[in-house]
Amino acid sequence: MEVSNLSDQDSVVIIGLEVHIQLTNLKTKLFCSCSNDYRNTEPNTYVCPICLGLPGSLPVINEKTIDFATRLALALECDINHQFWFFRKNYHYPDLPKGFQISQYNKAGGKAFADGGKITVRLNNHKKDIKLNRIHLEEDPARLVHKGSIASSPFTLVDYNRSGVCLIEIVTEPVISSPEEAREFLKQLKSIVQYTGISNLELEGSVRVDANISIKGHDRSEVKNINSFREVERALRHEIIRQKNAIKRGKVLIQETRHWDDKRKITISLRSKEFEEDYRYFPEQDLGPIEIDDKFIQDVKEYLPEMPTERALRLRREYMLSEFDSENLVLDKRIADFYEAGANADPTFGSKEYKQYCNWLMNNISGWLNEHNLTIDKTNLSPKQIGDLIKYIREGKITSKIAKSFIEDIMQGTSVSQIIKERGRTRLSDENIIKKTCKDVIEENPLIVSDFFKNSKALEALIGRVMAKTKGQADPNLTREIMSDLLKNN
Amino acid sequence: MKLFDYMGYEIIEKIKSREITILDLIQSTFDMIESTDHILHSFVSLSKKNAFKKAKEYDLSLKKGKNIGRLYGLPLANKDLICIKGFPTTCASKILEGYISPYNAFVIDRLLHQEGAIHIGNTNMDEFAMGGSTENSCYGPTYNPWDISRVPGGSSGGSAAAVSSGQSIFALGSDTGGSVRCPAAFCGVVGLKPTYGRVSRYGLIAFANSLDQIGPITKCVYDSALMLEIISGKDPLDSTSVDLNIDKYTEEIKKPIEKKIIGVPKEFFGEGIDKEVMGSINKSIKKLESLGASIVEISIPHLEYTIATYYLLCMCEASSNLARYDGLRYGKVSTDPSNDVYDAFSKTRGENFGPEVRRRIYLGTYALSAGYYNMFYIKALKVRSLIRRDFIEAFKKCDSLVCPTMPSTAFKVGSLIEDPLEMYTQDILTCSVNLAGIPALSIPCGFDSNNLPIGFQIIGDYFDEKGILNIGYQLEQELGIFRKTPPLISGGK
Repeated sequence: MEVSNLSDQDSVVIIGLEVHIQLTNLKTKLFCSCSNDYRNTEPNTYVCPICLGLPGSLPVINEKTIDFATRLALALECDINHQFWFFRKNYHYPDLPKGFQISQYNKAGGKAFADGGKITVRLNNHKKDIKLNRIHLEEDPARLVHKGSIASSPFTLVDYNRSGVCLIEIVTEPVISSPEEAREFLKQLKSIVQYTGISNLELEGSVRVDANISIKGHDRSEVKNINSFREVERALRHEIIRQKNAIKRGKVLIQETRHWDDKRKITISLRSKEFEEDYRYFPEQDLGPIEIDDKFIQDVKEYLPEMPTERALRLRREYMLSEFDSENLVLDKRIADFYEAGANADPTFGSKEYKQYCNWLMNNISGWLNEHNLTIDKTNLSPKQIGDLIKYIREGKITSKIAKSFIEDIMQGTSVSQIIKERGRTRLSDENIIKKTCKDVIEENPLIVSDFFKNSKALEALIGRVMAKTKGQADPNLTREIMSDLLKNN
Repeated sequence: MKLFDYMGYEIIEKIKSREITILDLIQSTFDMIESTDHILHSFVSLSKKNAFKKAKEYDLSLKKGKNIGRLYGLPLANKDLICIKGFPTTCASKILEGYISPYNAFVIDRLLHQEGAIHIGNTNMDEFAMGGSTENSCYGPTYNPWDISRVPGGSSGGSAAAVSSGQSIFALGSDTGGSVRCPAAFCGVVGLKPTYGRVSRYGLIAFANSLDQIGPITKCVYDSALMLEIISGKDPLDSTSVDLNIDKYTEEIKKPIEKKIIGVPKEFFGEGIDKEVMGSINKSIKKLESLGASIVEISIPHLEYTIATYYLLCMCEASSNLARYDGLRYGKVSTDPSNDVYDAFSKTRGENFGPEVRRRIYLGTYALSAGYYNMFYIKALKVRSLIRRDFIEAFKKCDSLVCPTMPSTAFKVGSLIEDPLEMYTQDILTCSVNLAGIPALSIPCGFDSNNLPIGFQIIGDYFDEKGILNIGYQLEQELGIFRKTPPLISGGK
């Protein structure tokens, strides 16, 4: 990696994203009644004349997609278009059984599903609205299957089970200024999508991103085929460095389409602008105009759940959490639901416990979940268990250190009281036992003791020995008190 | 009198009364096909074995007193672009060679499975319904039963020839710019193009999907009314089909027409209409007057733009509708090896589409391309709405419009095939109806000096099939020529 000595202008990065999301929570595909749930199915079995584009078949709109798209449009604060036609996007490719994709188009007399909208992101404690251009509906092409990488595979197989699954495309304005900002944007988008209940973005292949990237004053490139949110930041970083290096070497950047090779983690040029495809968009007249009236929008609005931003505000008010804590807590709806269930369960809980509960969830539990690549609903952990931990610590029955060692067990669903009973790991607060142990330690470690008078840190070492002898069960405050007394009187 | 001299509804009565069996009917149908089709070439595929099996089954059911539907085993000749499950459907194109549909079109379910018609075979047509003479077929042309040196019209030429020659009692066609009415006129039979949305297009292989509509080809208006009653209605699988009450056409047609106001659109009687055709049409208009209808002159000012508008739109739509034929999933594939997928698609399409289809794909692709879209497609859409408005205005002043179906009678095989533009202008009197989306009927009204049938066109307001069938029926009864059969089967009279 190089890049240095660039002028100020050459360091201004402009990014726009096109995010394609499958509406995985639909039961059926966009234009036919085949099941949407094509994952882990025998190839080419979830198909019919319509999604195979057989001669004579016609598309019929799945009304539920309009409901789902309306939910997202409302959550993103877009302006919903009250009437629009679907358009045909014409191109030949093996994954496209009709030779065109039914999509929406906001030119040539066409309209998107909804225009505008925004997502607010926070980066380095600074808030920014990422403005959206539009969102629209379209059908997913079939899935192409290769052996290994595309370049070296001896064949291409086509699985039409995915053909016709409903996608929603979210197009931002070119206002994102760094890969980190893009990452935060996608984090918020993922959260909003989860709250609307339209899709489970954890499913493989449910997300595809195309990114337009340029350095101010130079031509842009479009990077296609970024197949997960995680890869976006990486692809953007790579592409920015590539462009900056090119500029530094005095090369002229051309407008081109590039492909993100997620095996090699680089972008590869596909075609330059003069070879861009002309999709010959025109209206899909097999579907009538789609009409969405105010009453419909109002109805959707009424059952739309509280969105993460509103929820974060409410959590700050109700649980006296910091802005940072509440915003992190609401990101994953399941975590936030868990939190509220647990925090509300014990009437004795106040701001201190609310904060502790939040810390437990966001640090220890989330850490464990990440490590095990699980989500909270896939474990046997119940909100009450975290509440119990907090209570036992408050009552002095266990130390937080001990409580942390319970995580593995509570994740399996074992109750906190059961763990304590089995392990006998209640906190040792019997003064006589601690005093005896302290005396033993002093006798066994004359060198450290003599050190104590020169260096007060030796006290910590001695307390550590007591802890080791009691397997961490000695009350640390009591131990410190007794040990200090004994040393002073030594 | 032979069976083929009877109308469909008369044969139904004979079967109901057990005067003949359905097996008799199917036997005589295939006898007729076998004795004439080597001359006419109406059919591209036959369903003989299945037809006989069905006939025996239905006869048995009737004997047991079971209901087999309103059509009592009447033979159906199906245009080769309406899908029948398990049967080859090729659109008379090499590119669909070997393609067997895994599902039934809506109209096929209605006719065969609900009302007991028997499919006897698929009929010849212009490839993907692109043409007006049935010469653009990968199977070679169909010939006109009235004069086998002439074309039967198109694109549903096989269907019209089959009904005209007595090979079938009725047939299905599709009409995008006149493809039902033109061959009906040239072959002296009745052809109906219903309102866009009246009949489901599910299972009709698209040529130009905003213009296509399935219609029956029959020997008489009553049979046409009966077929329309059966195939009309909302289909959940076709979003453009309309949920409207279906009129009892077979009763409505018998009403008097004395209170009707019939419009004569002057632009349809302009230059280029054959004198004998004009004479016959005017005579029929007089007959309508004598039946009590009042005649008024009407103007459709934008008629002169219809050919340009129609061809632009249908080519644009066709270029997209035919994009799916790439040989990857079904149909014929180029045997010339290719190294990449685009090369393979190009070879398959280049080799297996005929010249007229290729021409329309090229032109449609061109017209939809960046920089031309507004100039061509958008402009054509605007003119289309002007034409639509002309008709809406016209129907404020009259109930129906009448005019010739075709500017002339059937032309010689090979006479226009090298001149696509001249061929296209043959649609001048029919294609405005498709642009507007309104219904129209063609019935035989006379013969020219070559003993070739002349078609009389009745154009109706949206969803007023009832009105045009009514006028057609009364005129047909008044003219009394509908039983006349071509010399091929009547022994050269």
